[in-house]
Amino acid sequence: MTLSVQIKGIKDGLLITLGEGDWGEVQEALLAHIAERASFFQGARVALEVGNRILNAADLGGLRDKLSDRGVILWAVLSNSPKTENTAQVLGLATRLSIPRPERVKPVDTNLPGEPTVLVARTLRSGFRIAYAGHVTVIGDVNPGAEIVAGGSVVVWGKLRGVVHAGAEGDEKAVVCALELVPTQLRIAGHIAVTPQRKGKSNPEIVRVVNGQIVAETWNQK
Amino acid sequence: MAATVVTISSGKGGVGKTTTTANLAVALANGGLKVVCIDGDIGLRNLDVVLGLENRIVYDLVDVVEGRCRLRQAMIRDKRLPELYLIPAAQTRDKSAVTPSDMVRLVDELRGEFDFILIDSPAGIERGFRNAIAPADVVVVVTNPEVSAVRDADRIIGLVEAEEKGPARLVINRMNPGMVKRGDMMDAEDVLELLAIELIGVVPEDENVVVSTNRGQPVALDPKSRAGKAFTNIARRLRGEQVPFLDLDEKSDLFSKLSRMLRPGGD
Repeated sequence: MTLSVQIKGIKDGLLITLGEGDWGEVQEALLAHIAERASFFQGARVALEVGNRILNAADLGGLRDKLSDRGVILWAVLSNSPKTENTAQVLGLATRLSIPRPERVKPVDTNLPGEPTVLVARTLRSGFRIAYAGHVTVIGDVNPGAEIVAGGSVVVWGKLRGVVHAGAEGDEKAVVCALELVPTQLRIAGHIAVTPQRKGKSNPEIVRVVNGQIVAETWNQK
Repeated sequence: MAATVVTISSGKGGVGKTTTTANLAVALANGGLKVVCIDGDIGLRNLDVVLGLENRIVYDLVDVVEGRCRLRQAMIRDKRLPELYLIPAAQTRDKSAVTPSDMVRLVDELRGEFDFILIDSPAGIERGFRNAIAPADVVVVVTNPEVSAVRDADRIIGLVEAEEKGPARLVINRMNPGMVKRGDMMDAEDVLELLAIELIGVVPEDENVVVSTNRGQPVALDPKSRAGKAFTNIARRLRGEQVPFLDLDEKSDLFSKLSRMLRPGGD
């Protein structure tokens, strides 16, 4: 039996091309192939190229289930037949290989002369991370569980309660300032500090490294 | 009729997502609306138990998605409230049996027939959560007044914002007024100070909830339960009504009301 099942690795997992022939037999051949190399296929994300074949929901759904029973995830079906494409879409499968996702946080290019800075005009909630080689300015809060890593200084117009690392590439002149400064952990270059327990409302503060020590001062504009 | 699709989520497990879903569904249906709730927790289903409908499951969500039955066949009608339906989750499969686009399609099929579609999200931020919020018009985040639950709620709110589902709304569950008074528990203000979203309800801790969950009789059906009253108020707020928040202090008799009036900064 020379039913062709071609497999190659692509960016999004594996691309399996099924040759001509009866659907049942081709499917058997594919499953046999997977069974032979079960450990290789375990947890694999698979896109299936089915050529001109017209497949209905039962065919595709059936194969998806059989694959999933074997630990293989079918995420896309590529076909020349609009009918099959439609079926795949009905089953929630992709019909194109994916387009790369846009980055969630894009550095803003302000085109102003000076040092590179990114402005983030929103509250950073738990799980969000900003990493930037220049300075970072946030208008909003930085909640616990959020993280800012900046090559330069960090300015937070709001409450800073997450983790912040200024001067991440070793710049000891970097500073951190916030309207309310209660970070989970604050680092400047190679120095680490945690916020001491304190009560009451705090004032805007600025933190810098003085004589190898992290020092926080209340912001006083004289 | 165009349904409002409400997904109930939390991030952390055990804060009361399923209890909230069941009680909101009951309260909305009790108000004369057509309601269907969908259990999104495939593999760890609970909503059927809390609603007391476990023994009537024939088909489930995965059967519908995979074409083994029609949507109608998987909908269990509650006998207490004729306009309340449940679509149960499958127990023998896992979250990967359903995709976010399956959920959108399924919910779109229901939109025309119901006033409210409630989706009970599983804990976590993975596939099950993505499935549950994909069709949502409104996301209700449930949290408890404790740091770990609030932290997870913050994460969920961030993910909901990233999906452009609009601002999430907050329910604080299991508030213990006595502990708040002693300074041993965060109060609603502390929680809101961090999460900064619209609060649509504070549910007091109530032993009746455990009893009712075990019996499959949601507390919203019990007019005497304080938690049930709080859930009913949340349901009314979801319908767009302005409802004042409950005074959670249980001993709100004349004396304490008077003493509060005499020292307004006292609590």
